[in-house]
Amino acid sequence: MGSDPVVRVSGRGCVLRTHDIDTDRIIPARFMRQVTFEGLEKYLFVDDRAQAKGEHPLDDERFEGASILVVGRNFGCGSSREHAPQSLMRHGFRAFVGESFAEIFLGNCVALGLPCVTLEPADLGTLMDSIDLEPAQEIAVDLERQCVRCRVGTFAAQQAEDARSRLLDGTWDATGVLLEAGDAIESTAAGLPYIEGF
Amino acid sequence: MGRSLLDKVWDLHTVGELSGGQTQLFVGLHLIHEVTSPQAFAALDQQKLRVRFPERTFATADHIVPTDSSARPLQDALAEAMLARLEQNCRAHAIQFFDHASGRQGIVHVIGPELGLSQPGITIACGDSHTSTHGAFGAIAFGIGTSQVRDVLASQCMAVRRPRVRRIEVSGALSAGVYAKDVILSIIRRLGVKGGIGFAYEYGGDVIDAMSMEERLTVCNMSVEGGARVGYVNPDERTFDYLRAREFAPKGAAYERARVWWTSIASDPDAQYDDRIALAGEEIAPTVTWGINPGQNAAVHERVPSVDRVSIEERAGVEEALAHMQLRSGDPIAGIPIDVAFIGSCTNSRISDLREAARVAEMGHVATGVRALVVPGSQEVFRQAESEGLHEVFRSAGFEWREPGCSMCLAMNPDKLVGKEMCASSSNRNFKGRQGSPTGRTLLMSPAMVAAAALRGQVTDVREIL
Repeated sequence: MGSDPVVRVSGRGCVLRTHDIDTDRIIPARFMRQVTFEGLEKYLFVDDRAQAKGEHPLDDERFEGASILVVGRNFGCGSSREHAPQSLMRHGFRAFVGESFAEIFLGNCVALGLPCVTLEPADLGTLMDSIDLEPAQEIAVDLERQCVRCRVGTFAAQQAEDARSRLLDGTWDATGVLLEAGDAIESTAAGLPYIEGF
Repeated sequence: MGRSLLDKVWDLHTVGELSGGQTQLFVGLHLIHEVTSPQAFAALDQQKLRVRFPERTFATADHIVPTDSSARPLQDALAEAMLARLEQNCRAHAIQFFDHASGRQGIVHVIGPELGLSQPGITIACGDSHTSTHGAFGAIAFGIGTSQVRDVLASQCMAVRRPRVRRIEVSGALSAGVYAKDVILSIIRRLGVKGGIGFAYEYGGDVIDAMSMEERLTVCNMSVEGGARVGYVNPDERTFDYLRAREFAPKGAAYERARVWWTSIASDPDAQYDDRIALAGEEIAPTVTWGINPGQNAAVHERVPSVDRVSIEERAGVEEALAHMQLRSGDPIAGIPIDVAFIGSCTNSRISDLREAARVAEMGHVATGVRALVVPGSQEVFRQAESEGLHEVFRSAGFEWREPGCSMCLAMNPDKLVGKEMCASSSNRNFKGRQGSPTGRTLLMSPAMVAAAALRGQVTDVREIL
């Protein structure tokens, strides 16, 4: 409720080929010592980028201004910190395409209106190669048609139905939806023996 | 057809079905801490919403608390601001806060069980991925992000998809010197760090049945490291005995009624599962990670794997891991030198963990050049350990004895690795930079194995010492 439908995201892509990227790498814990999410983009992949000495994809000028991050498998594993998608969003990413995503990360993305879609490994490889060759091209993540388009072709994309419908319906900000249940919340609670201490 | 515990708990807590097949699930217990809650309260205030069931949310401070001095204001102004904000939010919304002065402060996944808040058959949510820990009681416990913390505060519900259930049966018995930590590391090695995506793990079999509640907490804690957001063990007599007389557990006649319900909530003998996996307890050895995710592990008598012998899929990950860890294919696991030893974290900081580590510590002294820390999981664990004299055992063996907190598991407080230090750690994550230094290196293992490594200055099979 009150959130805008997310039907299609298009923009330039950025390719991050490493698998199993955890949320500690996306945003190291020592930068979470604050009570808001403001300014988190400054610390996005900060340690990986320092170690890559300018060679990290996020510092590659060919990918500058990219809004679609293309990743490998199990992206966003580990800590539940919403600081991870927040820092990616504040950097400018609006959608993620990968082989697979960790569950809590994916849920956090949906709650921020950021789609995560998966491709077959071969298609993902083709997409990555295409972006690497022509980083200026426009990539489109189409939730309605369930596909990802780039210059070399259109690939069928998978997305969990609940995530897809919440984004398409504009109900990804769940608070309002949950509150609509009204008294059904209290009556569910009343049916649980532990609520009143047995 | 029989039903699993997950089926039963799910159905009882379902408020309604949402679009796309998600469930609106009632949350029986909500635990919060200082890192992932402030932005949720801010959103609540901004939308002029109240906390729907303030008596079902409990708070503590764990991630940022220093373990050398709890004096206020905290030395780190950023940490102090986070702690102060949590106090403010709890006061404003009438939420019970287990702060340092309460004597009940500790790591959120340690105090929930010890206070009797975590109970069979309930749903639990907390803005922390290791919430799976509480599944040890036969609860369905979810790690959630900050937006969902806001949802739970506002509605006591979460929007979530029902997971499939994988039964993981660990048969037989563990040999001496093999612990719950070794069991879960072996499970993750077998099923992979993403093998559990979309699944809840139900742990069972003779090995799990024979485990204490604290050991089951260790196993369930690391479910999420295998990709499973939820992990649980069916409640049994051991669960009920543990809960008897705990502060928030039912007492007297209510306890007897609760037992009947708790028993009924366990998986039926003929429950249907979406998948089943079996492991033999006898085949599990003391286990150590050599890489940068918890699945990259081996038995202590094995060697770092050869890059040529892993699947093509895994090769890049192994190469990256070895480069970061500065280990070579074929290096024996035993004998890897360490600089730091850390005993603590929501995985292994409970009294039984400290007792096992102390048994080893008693046999020697921390090796020259090794910095060794023991950080109990809660003030309760701290007091119990001191009453047993464990702190003296640790101190006289050269370990530092600290106050409770998350500490060097994720280094949000001053406890950090420096430079490329190699740390034998009883925590749950060996991710790059996890312990506070971007180039720091982590070897995950059981607390007894950490103590053994501390004494010898290198990874050591604890069975040689015990």
